[in-house]
Amino acid sequence: MSSYRLPKGGLVDREAPLSFTFDGRPLRGFAGDTLASALLANGQMLVGRSFKYHRPRGILTAGAAEPNALVTVGSGGRTEPNTRATMQELYEGLEAQSQNRWPSLDFDIGALNGLLSPFLGAGFYYKTFMWPAPLWEKFYEPFIRKAAGLGKASYEADPDSYEKSWAHCDLLVIGAGPTGLAAALTAGRAGARVILVDEGVQPGGSLLFDTAMIDGKAAADFARAASAELQSMPNVRLMMRTTAFGWYDGNVFGAVERVQKHVRDPAPHLPVERLWRIVARHALLATGAEERPLVFGGNDRPGVMMASAMRAYLNRYRVAPGRATAIFTTDDSGYALARDLEAAHVDVVAIVDSRSSAGVDYRGKARLIREAVVCGTKGRKAISAIEVHRGGRTETIAVDALAMAGGFSPIIHLACHRGGKPAWSAEKAAFLAPDGLKGLDVAGAAAATTDLAACLAEGATRAKAIVTEFGLSCPPVVLPKVEGDEGRHTAKPLWSIPGVKGKAFVDFQNDVHLKDIGLAVREGYSHVELAKRYTTNGMATDQGKLSNVNAIGLIAKARGVSPVEVGTTTFRPFYTPVSFGALTGAHTGHHFQPVRKSPLHDWAKKHGAVFVETGLWYRSSWFPRTGERTWRESVDREVLNVRKNAGLCDVSMLGKIEISGRDAAEFLNRVYCNAFLKLPVGRARYGLMLREDGMIYDDGTTSRLEENRFFMTTTTAYAAGVMNHLEFCAQALWPELDVRLASITDQWAQMAIAGPKARTILQRIVDEDISDAAFPFLAAKEVSLFGGALHGCLFRISFSGELAYELAVPAGYGVSVADALMDAGKDHGIMPYGVETLSVLRIEKGHVTHNEINGTVVPADLGFGKMVSATKSDFIGKAMLQREGLAASDRPQLVGVMPLDPSQSFRSGAHVLATGAAATLENDQGYVTSSAYSPHLGSTIGLALVKNGSSRHGEEVMVWDGLHGESSPARLCNPVFFDPQNQRLHV
Amino acid sequence: MASLVPCPHCGQRPKEEFTIKGAALTRPAAGAEAADWFDYVYLRDNPRGAYEEYWHHTSGCRRWIVVTRDTVTHDVAASRDAADRARSEART
Repeated sequence: MSSYRLPKGGLVDREAPLSFTFDGRPLRGFAGDTLASALLANGQMLVGRSFKYHRPRGILTAGAAEPNALVTVGSGGRTEPNTRATMQELYEGLEAQSQNRWPSLDFDIGALNGLLSPFLGAGFYYKTFMWPAPLWEKFYEPFIRKAAGLGKASYEADPDSYEKSWAHCDLLVIGAGPTGLAAALTAGRAGARVILVDEGVQPGGSLLFDTAMIDGKAAADFARAASAELQSMPNVRLMMRTTAFGWYDGNVFGAVERVQKHVRDPAPHLPVERLWRIVARHALLATGAEERPLVFGGNDRPGVMMASAMRAYLNRYRVAPGRATAIFTTDDSGYALARDLEAAHVDVVAIVDSRSSAGVDYRGKARLIREAVVCGTKGRKAISAIEVHRGGRTETIAVDALAMAGGFSPIIHLACHRGGKPAWSAEKAAFLAPDGLKGLDVAGAAAATTDLAACLAEGATRAKAIVTEFGLSCPPVVLPKVEGDEGRHTAKPLWSIPGVKGKAFVDFQNDVHLKDIGLAVREGYSHVELAKRYTTNGMATDQGKLSNVNAIGLIAKARGVSPVEVGTTTFRPFYTPVSFGALTGAHTGHHFQPVRKSPLHDWAKKHGAVFVETGLWYRSSWFPRTGERTWRESVDREVLNVRKNAGLCDVSMLGKIEISGRDAAEFLNRVYCNAFLKLPVGRARYGLMLREDGMIYDDGTTSRLEENRFFMTTTTAYAAGVMNHLEFCAQALWPELDVRLASITDQWAQMAIAGPKARTILQRIVDEDISDAAFPFLAAKEVSLFGGALHGCLFRISFSGELAYELAVPAGYGVSVADALMDAGKDHGIMPYGVETLSVLRIEKGHVTHNEINGTVVPADLGFGKMVSATKSDFIGKAMLQREGLAASDRPQLVGVMPLDPSQSFRSGAHVLATGAAATLENDQGYVTSSAYSPHLGSTIGLALVKNGSSRHGEEVMVWDGLHGESSPARLCNPVFFDPQNQRLHV
Repeated sequence: MASLVPCPHCGQRPKEEFTIKGAALTRPAAGAEAADWFDYVYLRDNPRGAYEEYWHHTSGCRRWIVVTRDTVTHDVAASRDAADRARSEART
């Protein structure tokens, strides 16, 4: 016996049949079905295996809380594991696979775990896998990993796109059931900007399976009319298939819209999911209530279902649960189901009511057993009988379906996302949303309001109160007339059931059963948060939507206290799982982060550059030529050529900031540790910027182009940080200074022309005289190029130690100017060089970068002690730089280092030890910050930060690299390896 | 996931546009005692409740603002341009 589709009726479109497969078996359903309703219509009651014991499981709910019916939908990169069959719309060609079974759903080896269940109780892995410790990595962990989880993620890339969006409204209504529809209609008619979101396919919520009449219309028709009116209002946005999953600061709500999860072939121009951040002046939570399971033996057998879900399958999808149904109820809602089943000619065998009397007068054919409970079930892969316990006696009744109605828990998750704790109401027998929430109201069943007319009224009056607060005038609320509502009268919770036989599950998804809760309490884990971790109750994808309140009730009972003293675990976003795709949005693949290309990128590419990513930038690393087999061959050639002829290097990615204003010089004087006030117009100066703690922050050259206009350069890596820092200084520290800052990094293409022939080459395009007399070292000025065709800025600065210039031209002219310089230098041997060569050249000259400026060095450590102004009254870092420890003689100081044997080498990061000393932390003298092969010296050279290094030139040390197992005897030396007198700069 | 920071120039903007620097302390005068400098550079309160912080509207108007934020609820009670605050402090 199994579930089946009734011949007519319901909200499915029988004119639109759909075919789909489950574990490869072809099945049929209708448009309007969920995967769950279609499976039930095909008599497929067994849909999955449970997590721990691999017990056969069926469909328990008709909504978001489903713990059992988790399937894998789709294939390839579109594989979506752990999809709730109850939320997945059916579409033509849908492929679904059951999970957690091998080799098949019907015959599952893992079910043997059921035999081991005495050893798999709460906390078993804390006890079982304790020793011997060496087995952890080899055996226990792989075992647990293999057993853990349900569905398997795909290894293929997701072919679909996702996006993110913002929305703003006066009133956000969450849930389009009776309460939400009434609220949205009221606020919409008053002219408020309303957004109504609902996770379902069509508005209505419980109205879609309610048999009550509203204003003489069927409930579903009322919902349809309400939705049509809402859609006609320009100020109302109705967002279906959209789950509001979290409430965040600033009354921002997170929501995910499933735009194309209900089609086989998503349209490529649309995302499959859209992540919304909805900014609401006010929100109304109308999320309804969740029916609680009852904890009796075998309550997990396929065929056992929540009573409200059974009613939804029957009335909305016209799927009958079986041929002989029993109803186990603790409130009146079971009778509404009985009436609907009998009206559909589905036999109800028995109604088992835990109470002595009901609020409704049942006159149907079913046997009514009062003051009784279902204590156990029988059956293998589906239920075949129930065991009814009454007055100390147990009776077995044959059934093929069982509904359980354990009362309702308001769905208040979002109301608790910002730290509020739910409050237990003894009167309503439910946890209610915290009091005094700002910006959020709770109404309808979510506030434990039980009957339909009251929900409609509450939605309307709350909405009216909210929009009135906004100053809108609201037309009088006309409440619709409700007939035939069975209501959902508050049930007295039945936490524990007498005479339970077999495993009574509290948490279906995690296979936590009654005894586990008792064990946790006995073993000292009775605090609700501890019990959760110890038993895993309330974990995994459903986060205990069905199980938490029962677990709290059972813990309360075991401790002999009220649920109020147990309290709830913390509610956190997300309400239901949100895909990584939706959270990532468009930031994937080559959109993961922006790519910054220099204005000279194409010039470098044309010359065969090999690019390296540094941050977001693509920098030309070296320029290989035909016949060169290794990068070192290219770099050695480039290095030698710069020192012999000339080279051209793209330095556009250096940060550039224009600083202007009457107090620009004073401003610079305060942000640099060295003096800038008296820098003459037309001159550049190397500047050191400190942090307030006295350590060096960044370095660069700054040129005074006019009295009140400066051109600052920063390092590439710190360009953005320096800009933020300068803005902080200008705005928050010294707003009295007249200074303006503009980031101009992207406005200029900048190139270094370095080498003995640099002037000759450059003079061919620069109109002004740039002889040493007219344009000496550290000269900086705006120049005219190509006979006045273009203007640029020329700086006589040198990172390479050669006669060198940096020329900045408007970005768009970069490639043309570089081409012109290459042309002008053709007969002088000019070659492009990249950052590798730049690095060799600067290490040969002992110039520092952020390898050396590592956040722990002060100017004196790098030999810049004399640069620090002693006369300035204030600059950033001045006060803390005075600290005694920062002048200690054993501080790491910049020093050169070379291997004794030039055939040996070392790498950056290697540590410096006294010769013969053991490689221990105590013996550590410092480390190599930069290293390179110098073709001039025919040896590896390095810069290092070594204790008291500046006084140890000539000392033999050991350079030790534990990571690579290398060590080489070396000698400390002057960090300037090449032209220490700087003669080549001043030609 | 989300929250909004009120910028005195741009209005409510998503926090992703901002960079936070931390406590909005007043920089000691140049000749202040060493102890004042140590407090400014290293010592931070960790209050429960109202806290003044520097935020930079990095991906917006690029102004530094002083935000008064409740560390428990994250409610922002006030936000003002850092220059306005510095000027008013200089006057007092």
